[in-house]
Amino acid sequence: MFGEVTLSLLQGFWGTLKLFILTLVFSLPLGLLISFGSMSHVKLIRFPIRFIIWVIRGTPLMLQLLVIYFGPGIILHSNIWGSGDTGRFVAALTAFVINYACYFSEIFRGGIQSVPVGQYEAGAVLGMTKTQVFFRVILLQVVKRIVPPISNEVITLVKDTSLARIIAVYEIIWKGQSFIKSAGIIWPLFYTGVFYLLFSGLLTLMFGWIERKLGFFEIK
Amino acid sequence: MSILEVRNIRKSFEHTEVLKDISFSMEQGQAVSIIGSSGSGKTTLLRCLNFLETPDEGIIRVNGETLFDSAAAESRSDASIRKKRLHFGLVFQSFNLFPQYTALENVMLAPNLLSKESGTADRDAIRTRALELLDQMGLSDRTDRYPHQLSGGQQQRVAIARALALHPDILCFDEPTSALDPELTGEVLRVIRSLAEQKTTMIIVTHEMSFARDVSDFAIFMDGGIILEQGPSTELFDNPKMERTKQFLSALQS
Repeated sequence: MFGEVTLSLLQGFWGTLKLFILTLVFSLPLGLLISFGSMSHVKLIRFPIRFIIWVIRGTPLMLQLLVIYFGPGIILHSNIWGSGDTGRFVAALTAFVINYACYFSEIFRGGIQSVPVGQYEAGAVLGMTKTQVFFRVILLQVVKRIVPPISNEVITLVKDTSLARIIAVYEIIWKGQSFIKSAGIIWPLFYTGVFYLLFSGLLTLMFGWIERKLGFFEIK
Repeated sequence: MSILEVRNIRKSFEHTEVLKDISFSMEQGQAVSIIGSSGSGKTTLLRCLNFLETPDEGIIRVNGETLFDSAAAESRSDASIRKKRLHFGLVFQSFNLFPQYTALENVMLAPNLLSKESGTADRDAIRTRALELLDQMGLSDRTDRYPHQLSGGQQQRVAIARALALHPDILCFDEPTSALDPELTGEVLRVIRSLAEQKTTMIIVTHEMSFARDVSDFAIFMDGGIILEQGPSTELFDNPKMERTKQFLSALQS
């Protein structure tokens, strides 16, 4: 029984992992883009972006999942997500990407703005272009600053993926819960915790390694 | 022909006029010190020369070439400013070394990027020159250290080597020792003094009066955004003509 449940939960965890990885793949670059928007000198860009960040960070992710999944159907009178598993997965992914991109964008903004203006000026007076200054001087300092807060968000994301269950996206909690109905046992649901724990442990080790790798220099 | 000619520079921030009609010139091989109280516009003037600020009005000429003319729009474009900056080097009060590069890498970074662009990449020559400069700064045993492993005085000497690596026509110092402990000030001043002895063309904004008097050939006293008095440094420091200059110098001595 234990082996059977483990195997089944592993299958469910694959759903969790897919959502986790794809969310990161899309939300990290989108977050960088949003952070540039939120720092733009153009008010027509900066204000709407900051408004969106406020809304996304100010409302529960679970509510955003429901709005994104059901909203288009109510407004457009057609379900743009389709009815199958894939449709629900894409809807959940969209909600996660938007939500995490907004959180990441604030981390990026904080990281970029915390680099002293003297670093830009030193690069400029040495005849470097703005692009050279950003990639050769600024970027690594930003990365060093944002690794700890990013690792926090990423570990939160591992657990947040369970919220996708609300729109019936297939992942590990869903799988664990299914044993209640099919076999009348609840321990597989509790057992899912081990999977989360092991995976976030792995991520903690990985981020610790990155932090150590960046430990060769210090920033004021 | 003067190496640097500054004519009628004006600069305002918001509604405060920080530079009001600044004009001066200097010759090749001269060291010019700019003194004055905080807020007199010294740093803004240096920043204008290095194009970190754009003057509202005025002309900047180096070796007869007009680098900036407020009347000519094209002299304000980003691309043209980049090349013009290379006529000047700037050493900051807060060093501003790049923390993720070693001392040697800090010195080599900009020359490597520039040579790659012009297609004349000669990494060995750049490296040799960088090592020479660091040696000249007394840092030959610190070339592989990162900035956080160096004292403030050592960091500032790396910053001087970094500025010199690009062969600027005029090297500017913006209060180079103000962020240093008194005991570390000496080593940086010694380096600047030796540069002056080698006839490096320099503009030094400083609060170290006796140093400025000794090292510079020419001195400028700024007050409230204008050049109140300028002249050979021994004259300006020993026999200031203006009442305000006397007041400023004697206040420092007491």
